[in-house]
Amino acid sequence: MLKKPTYTLFGERTILIAWEALISEAIIKDITQFEQLVQSEKSEVIEDSVIGYNSLLLIYKKAPDAAEIASLKTLYKRRTTSVDVENFLWKIPVCYDIKFGVDLEELAKGLQLTPEEVIQKHSNAIYHVYFIGFLPGFLYLGGLEKGLHFPRKATPRLAVSKGAVAIGGSQTGIYPQQSAGGWNIIGSTPISLFDISKEAPCFAKSGDKIQFVPIGLSEYASIMAQKGAYEVTKTLLHD
Amino acid sequence: MINVRTPGIYSTVQDSGRKGYRKIGVPVSGAMDAFAANLANQLLQNHEDAAVIEVTFGGCILEFLCDTFLCITGADFSPKLNEVPIKLNSVQKVMKGMVLSFGKRNYGVRTYIGVSGGIQTERFLNSRSFYKGITPHFTLKRGMILPIGSLEKQLHQSLAVVKVKQPHFSSEKISCFKGPEFGLLSHEQILLLQDTVFTISSDNSRMGYQLNETIPNTFDSMLTSGVLPGTVQLTPSGKLIVLMRDCQVTGGYPRVLQLSENAINILAQKTTGDRLRFLVQ
Repeated sequence: MLKKPTYTLFGERTILIAWEALISEAIIKDITQFEQLVQSEKSEVIEDSVIGYNSLLLIYKKAPDAAEIASLKTLYKRRTTSVDVENFLWKIPVCYDIKFGVDLEELAKGLQLTPEEVIQKHSNAIYHVYFIGFLPGFLYLGGLEKGLHFPRKATPRLAVSKGAVAIGGSQTGIYPQQSAGGWNIIGSTPISLFDISKEAPCFAKSGDKIQFVPIGLSEYASIMAQKGAYEVTKTLLHD
Repeated sequence: MINVRTPGIYSTVQDSGRKGYRKIGVPVSGAMDAFAANLANQLLQNHEDAAVIEVTFGGCILEFLCDTFLCITGADFSPKLNEVPIKLNSVQKVMKGMVLSFGKRNYGVRTYIGVSGGIQTERFLNSRSFYKGITPHFTLKRGMILPIGSLEKQLHQSLAVVKVKQPHFSSEKISCFKGPEFGLLSHEQILLLQDTVFTISSDNSRMGYQLNETIPNTFDSMLTSGVLPGTVQLTPSGKLIVLMRDCQVTGGYPRVLQLSENAINILAQKTTGDRLRFLVQ
């Protein structure tokens, strides 16, 4: 059983709902289900929402009244029976060639593995999408195996390329656009994690899963040549 | 249409922001001083979501390629139409070919240029607010042509000027609420937060303002969670960062305070070296 979340007013128009401070798939599922229910029941009064590891911000169009928290608590009790969120497993192609994976050899050496072993471990795991933040389309992923945990670089790079796949501490992720960054780059994906020209600019959402699929340089070039027309493989997940 | 002759130091198109996309990591953006941007739209009888040009530190020269009405609000950079000084917070008739420029800074940091019907650059995710990675440009560029709304309403150029209270530009008091992690602060930390006169560091932008003075920080790190424009974060080094309109949607530093909407607008008109005090409610 999950502990009940707490509700507090955050500034003038926002209610912060906080779950137990744990990174857990059960908690993120509970948050995602509740968020969907709130969006469907209160779309007229809610402007936006933000999911975190153990939190949900509900940003209201106008300052919520005193009874709003009680109303949310009542709604929370209904979440599991009334909401069915469709979650997918996305297979994201990654080229781990040294041309892109500029830190792969150093990271492998530091972990006392071969680059091939790093690639195998990194692409074998199924990662859980907790939420999206930091940059448009940046997925916070859970599930990097302990053997691949590796410290961030002492000095961050000023420009990490779009699509760079990297490891930083106990996390792994993909840079959705060029940005400064201190993680160790082990590969690159030719697909866009955030494409403003698409109706859904970011295909993944909180609660989805992803897996990295190793590809060679020629396949990377061929996907790049399709300029956004490449469809990421997805499978519906069942509980 | 408007021709950007000189973009100035940092000029952008802004509206009321990008609402409903934080879940995919997209910042809200929107005018830094939302009060000033709203005032321009109100005086022009525009829709409240109409886009305006936000000019930071002046230096911008615009040529009007059609007739329209304009209204300048926010900071006073001595605006001129064809070299003739014009009043702020009032509606001005503009004829095709006229040139808007700015001179000396008298007060404030960000000035807003509203025009009839608003700036009509393309919308991305339901907003025209410039933001890197979302809109094709993230600042105005020399030679850019900005479409504007058609002149449907004939407004009267008003001799009357709306008075904006000076504390909006001069007040050092920044009113705020306790943030979600305020309760973790010690008595000493709370006193420091309330009594220190903070100054704005040179590291200030549309994303956030870092403050120079520090508060000793002994917090453990927290799990990444949602943040808002106006959230004050306490970093491990003890420095405070006040997040502004372009801030990222989530953060991992303790959120010790949350500015009121009005306080964000007041802070938007401050810059490097300016002083402020947090007034916790």
